[in-house]
Amino acid sequence: MKTLLTINEIYYLVGIIVMLLVGMTLRDKGNPKRLTTALFWFLFGSVFLFGDMLVAGLGKPMAYRVIGVMVVAISLIAGCGLLSVGTYLQRSAADRQASANRFGNWIFLPALLIPLVTVLCTVLLKNVAIGGVYLLDQKQLTLAALCIASVCAILAGWKLTGGTPLQAVRESRRLVDAIGWAAILPQMLAMLGGVFVAAQTGKSVQEVVTLFVNPDSRFLLVVIYCVGMALFTMIMGNAFAAFPVMTAGIALPFLITGQHADPAPLVTIGMLAGYCGTLMTPMAANYNIVPAALLELTDKYKVIKIQIPTAVTLLTANILLMYFIVFR
Amino acid sequence: MTVTELLPLIGIPIVVAGFAFKFNPLLVVTVAGLATGLSVGMDLGTLLETFGEKFVNSRSLATFLLILPVIGLLESYGLKERAQDWIASLANATSARILMLYFVLRQGLGALGLTYIGGQAQTVRPLLAPMVEGAAVAKYGELPLPIRDKIRAHAAACDNIAVFFGEDIFIAFGAVLLMDAFLKENGITNIEPLHLGLWAIPTAIAALIIHMVRLTRLDASIRRDVEAWKKSEGGSEGKEVAA
Repeated sequence: MKTLLTINEIYYLVGIIVMLLVGMTLRDKGNPKRLTTALFWFLFGSVFLFGDMLVAGLGKPMAYRVIGVMVVAISLIAGCGLLSVGTYLQRSAADRQASANRFGNWIFLPALLIPLVTVLCTVLLKNVAIGGVYLLDQKQLTLAALCIASVCAILAGWKLTGGTPLQAVRESRRLVDAIGWAAILPQMLAMLGGVFVAAQTGKSVQEVVTLFVNPDSRFLLVVIYCVGMALFTMIMGNAFAAFPVMTAGIALPFLITGQHADPAPLVTIGMLAGYCGTLMTPMAANYNIVPAALLELTDKYKVIKIQIPTAVTLLTANILLMYFIVFR
Repeated sequence: MTVTELLPLIGIPIVVAGFAFKFNPLLVVTVAGLATGLSVGMDLGTLLETFGEKFVNSRSLATFLLILPVIGLLESYGLKERAQDWIASLANATSARILMLYFVLRQGLGALGLTYIGGQAQTVRPLLAPMVEGAAVAKYGELPLPIRDKIRAHAAACDNIAVFFGEDIFIAFGAVLLMDAFLKENGITNIEPLHLGLWAIPTAIAALIIHMVRLTRLDASIRRDVEAWKKSEGGSEGKEVAA
């Protein structure tokens, strides 16, 4: 059965937006490293715009190898400090305040459309087909819905403010530059997770766990998964990186296969147990160390210290929630 | 347990060391990936292939880029200013009450996917921390550094905790997509991201309750700190007078 809006078309849209940003960066004389910054985003955008074409033209193994080299290049550009932020034509604070007063709370509407339309499309357009053609990609329904929602939001924003969609992309460069390499980190961590899976790191974890755990003790397994997620997240600085290893090492073999736990709440609460770890580690610099600098605190660990009581209590709560929900 | 069985874990110390020495995280992650793959005997070509395959297959993590243009557009037409005016008009209370209000707003907006309204740089430094500190200063007068730091750190913590345990409810957020991709890759196919989002709700409520309970005690704790400081201040002044 055919599909009107496929996930690949959404990736093209992302690719086009990134390429527009590349063009704007190239023309930005105020960015001291504009060539390397543009190259970084060009390589990233290429994966979205040309990824499927490469696979079709070169076959999977060769195409993935080429993309693998591009990924290494991306990380080298970032690793050598060749990214920098540009200069932007911004409306003045007075102008912004004037439009804020003019639009009032209507200014929130386009932003609110994103979640609303996403949820509505996900719920209403599931399995909806006209003349044998699915409206939205059924395998990636949420993303297809998000794409529709973003387009709706842009159109609403265009109508409300009078600023064009292209101006919207121009304004987003400020945000993308500020996020910088961090925008790619989740995908990189997913990649590292993939290598860990290929190298069967989870199996090593599993063997370490098997050494001193009774696989029939449901409660203990839940404790180990949650605490393991928190600890491994503290080491990796990011629950995304801890998730594939701990879930492959503990949740899949012991809890899902071994104890028939319900996978959806299991992995969700597991991930959130990891977030408790994020609150307690300086490795999660963006959340814990950067704010201490922003707020000019004398003790750069003060934010972490304030967070620890909530994090530990919440980790305990997650263990209990998981135990009572996944075996219901 | 043999050394060969432990080799797949080599990426972990590399990540720890990489972060400790403050190398760029993208580079650290790539090096950890290379070391892990090579240590278990994958050849470089296959390893690069794995890199490419996983990177391509996790493209969905970057779809948040689609949201940025409209946020950028709205910001340039006063989204932040409006949000600030609005929050300011709602909050006329104590440090703890402002934090509670912010926590609820931030968690609620995060659950709707509006994580970009807020953040350490965007709202905590310019808006929340000054408001929370201002409420205490209005009550007790100028405060010493340790008490000010404590109040500011609470503002930062409030933002982190609220957004962490709110945003996962929003079904298009990266973590949900990552879990979805992981489950599908491991042959568990009958789960929609919507389910994963729903199961984040119990933890979100627990986080709300736990942090609210802590915040209800904050005003009293600030008062105790201030009293202790005034007493010691008075004491030291007394000594100076005596000397």
